[in-house]
Amino acid sequence: MIGASSHRKEGRAKVMGTAIYTDDKFVPDALHGVTVRSQVPRGILKGIHFGGGIPWAEFTIVTAADIPGKNLVASVMHDQPFLVGIGEEITHMEQPVVLLAHSNRHLAERARLAVALEVEELPAILDIQASLDLEQVIYGTHNLLKEIRIQKGDPSKVWDRAAHVIEGEYFTGAQEQMYLETNAMVAVVEEKDAQTWVTVWGSLQCPYYVHGALKQLFGLPEDRVRVVAMEMGGAFGGKEDYPSVNGGHAALLAWKSGKPVKLIYDREEDLACTTKRHPSRSRLKTAFDAEGHLLALETDFVIDGGAYATMSPVVLSRGAIHAAGLYRCPHVKVHARAVATNTPPPGAFRGFGAPQSLFAMERHMDICARKLGLDPVELRRKNFLRLGDTMATGQVIREDLDLGGLMDRALAEIGYHDKRAAFAITNQGEGPIKRGVGFSVFMHGCGFTGSGESYLASVAGVEGLADGTVSILAASTEMGQGKNTVFSQIVAEALKLPYELVDVAEVDTDRVPNSGPTVASRSTMMVGRILEDAAIGFKQSLVQQGFLQEPYTPESFQVAVAKAVATLGSVKCYGQYHRPPNIVWNDSTYQGDAYPTFSWACYAAEVAVDLDTYEVKVEDFVTVQEVGRVVNPRLAAGQVEGGVAQGIGWGLWEEVTTKQGRMINNQMTNYIIPTSADLPRIQVVFLENAHPAGPGGAKGIGELPMDGPAPALLNALEGALGPLRLDEVPMTPERLLQRCEEVSHG
Amino acid sequence: MADRINLVMKLNGEERSVNVHPFARLLDVLREDLRLTGTKEGCGEGECGACTIFLNGQVVNSCLVPAVQAQGAEVITVEGLARGGELSPIQAAFVAHNGAQCGFCTPGMLVAATDLLNRCPNPTEDEIRDGLAGNLCRCTGYSKILDAVQTAAADGASR
Repeated sequence: MIGASSHRKEGRAKVMGTAIYTDDKFVPDALHGVTVRSQVPRGILKGIHFGGGIPWAEFTIVTAADIPGKNLVASVMHDQPFLVGIGEEITHMEQPVVLLAHSNRHLAERARLAVALEVEELPAILDIQASLDLEQVIYGTHNLLKEIRIQKGDPSKVWDRAAHVIEGEYFTGAQEQMYLETNAMVAVVEEKDAQTWVTVWGSLQCPYYVHGALKQLFGLPEDRVRVVAMEMGGAFGGKEDYPSVNGGHAALLAWKSGKPVKLIYDREEDLACTTKRHPSRSRLKTAFDAEGHLLALETDFVIDGGAYATMSPVVLSRGAIHAAGLYRCPHVKVHARAVATNTPPPGAFRGFGAPQSLFAMERHMDICARKLGLDPVELRRKNFLRLGDTMATGQVIREDLDLGGLMDRALAEIGYHDKRAAFAITNQGEGPIKRGVGFSVFMHGCGFTGSGESYLASVAGVEGLADGTVSILAASTEMGQGKNTVFSQIVAEALKLPYELVDVAEVDTDRVPNSGPTVASRSTMMVGRILEDAAIGFKQSLVQQGFLQEPYTPESFQVAVAKAVATLGSVKCYGQYHRPPNIVWNDSTYQGDAYPTFSWACYAAEVAVDLDTYEVKVEDFVTVQEVGRVVNPRLAAGQVEGGVAQGIGWGLWEEVTTKQGRMINNQMTNYIIPTSADLPRIQVVFLENAHPAGPGGAKGIGELPMDGPAPALLNALEGALGPLRLDEVPMTPERLLQRCEEVSHG
Repeated sequence: MADRINLVMKLNGEERSVNVHPFARLLDVLREDLRLTGTKEGCGEGECGACTIFLNGQVVNSCLVPAVQAQGAEVITVEGLARGGELSPIQAAFVAHNGAQCGFCTPGMLVAATDLLNRCPNPTEDEIRDGLAGNLCRCTGYSKILDAVQTAAADGASR
């Protein structure tokens, strides 16, 4: 079962058009919610005025003053209000202030525009440098949402004695997840037996995050809040933390109106107000000996965290831990900061900080190779981590890593050496097309960072059904990645059953336990492992209670389950995460095993640049990765291909343009994601190396493909055009033209 | 101006009559008035193609079509591709090749792919890429969609 390309469980419903996404849910008598937002980046809210021409008496209106519980969104830190109240501070352009609902959604939209906010404006901080310079203090005492220091050895003792010291500065822009389905919620609040019962159905990655946020918002105990994950039209991290906000908004309107409420964002609102990838700046300083061995590395990594902490502390953490890449280095110092600005808070997006810091590191390695007069292949080969080496956090490599072999495989697949030699000649021709090949080598930590998995202590289970089939109980959500299918394969393998006899239960907090958020490339490896344990426990229980005898056939198993259900009413077995004994992490010193393991990869790109238009065409893209045992090769390849497409978009085209911190190209017309005509076939190679921590040896895969494309593409651009200031993504045609002009103008 | 107008169309092979707002978009009439929610809205401005349907045999973005233009027309949505519960060749190929990941672009993609194979039964890979360039997918990187369309084309040719 593990290793088979089983068909997606919900595939048939998706191609028939019968899969029910949130806005597809038929809700009789629903009101339509809209959100009135700030139109200034910073100020004090003085008043709310309801303009003429709108039948306001027909509207449900919610302001901060109505909130029954705590007006703070439960997240890593509880610092973001659901709605800003009169006399309170507005901190970004898209801040929610008033919620409206009406049965006519066209009228609701007109009413939204008729609300005027009276605001005493304050000076705003709109970028990283202004925040670091403390032009205004907008958060705490130093505008810092989080600061992390990781140190191994002491780089300051190395600079003077090193043969070469090379410095560089790198920037990455915001990126929009651009899931095809916008954020959407349906809420019902009922008063029964003098108690309030809140139910939310939505497009959300983390049912128990929303559950926790609703409990705090309404001041209700656990059992009075229910969250159901509908079919989800993509997420990529964009529905990790924001659903706690809009889920709360929908529920507030439902509570005040006593009617069901649909709160569906249109694309412009979704792009302007919901989370993005954090913009970043990295300053790297590296020392090498005369042969090119890395002696010391210091990095100053800063991300723009926006107006509230949201996920920034943990995004920063992953970025900081990945900042030194996969190289052995005796002296490392990482200084990482998430700074506050008056912009809508960024949040989770596939890769979660790692793409930013790895872009800087992998771009820097190519620049160092050039300055050292070495081939980028050989510079990396000299410095790769090996069995027994320690990373910056002190984590010891316990796998027999062969990163050189992995790199060589990717280079062979794309024909790196031959192409480099050939392009060196053809690029000297007169024509406008210049070609290059480049690559990056990188890793992605599997599961939550540090003690995260221990704190989560996730639970998942399996349940026998009356028809003798097995149902999986987990709060992990399906967003297209294939959770329904992969979980079913893992449980079917553990129970030695055909795939068809296992399926997943609806993700409803009244029914499934908290298996943790569906993030961090953790579902297959972490939750899958818990399910493997739960399935084995389930089988043992059936045997011990005399329902099942081993060895069994699928038919006899099905009979045993049906009989157990008929006899006992309900048969379930749960499993829980247990920290492996050899994994140790210290949250205060940032020392120890940051992750139980890493997935490893080398990505190689071939580009063609047109020097008439500065357009970049990706001609070939090869991915070679070691992700443990692959549970479902076809689904896994789909993850890699889709992740690479997003990585290519981030590297070359996807630019978030802002005015006063607000995205102004908030339409699909002018925020450009790759179409089928823009991409090559992405080649996917898996080097399988079973890892004991995951089910059947699997590791994480979802985020890895986001980390490699941007540096590989810019390294390829340098191959095509020679040394340029290729220090930033997206490297749009406009930016590339400017970089080329810098060289021609000296 | 009348509050509602009567709209009659042949929808997925059936005569349907519905009273709609005179300025309603065809997408909203399909989803809200006729409760065929397979057709999706991704952008509302004709960029993403999630709302692609057949209108009198032509593929259109139903978010940009005033419902009145469907008066007396033949409309086919994703719900009309399968016959009696049997998937069309292109739908079956999407299942077999994992052409649908999150599935939100899938209804529009299937309609566009059906149209492409009607017009061009044996497309090259570049012809498929061009034929589907009006339908955005954020999950797949398009490779598995290309695999599915190529398979459906090959199966069609063998029949």
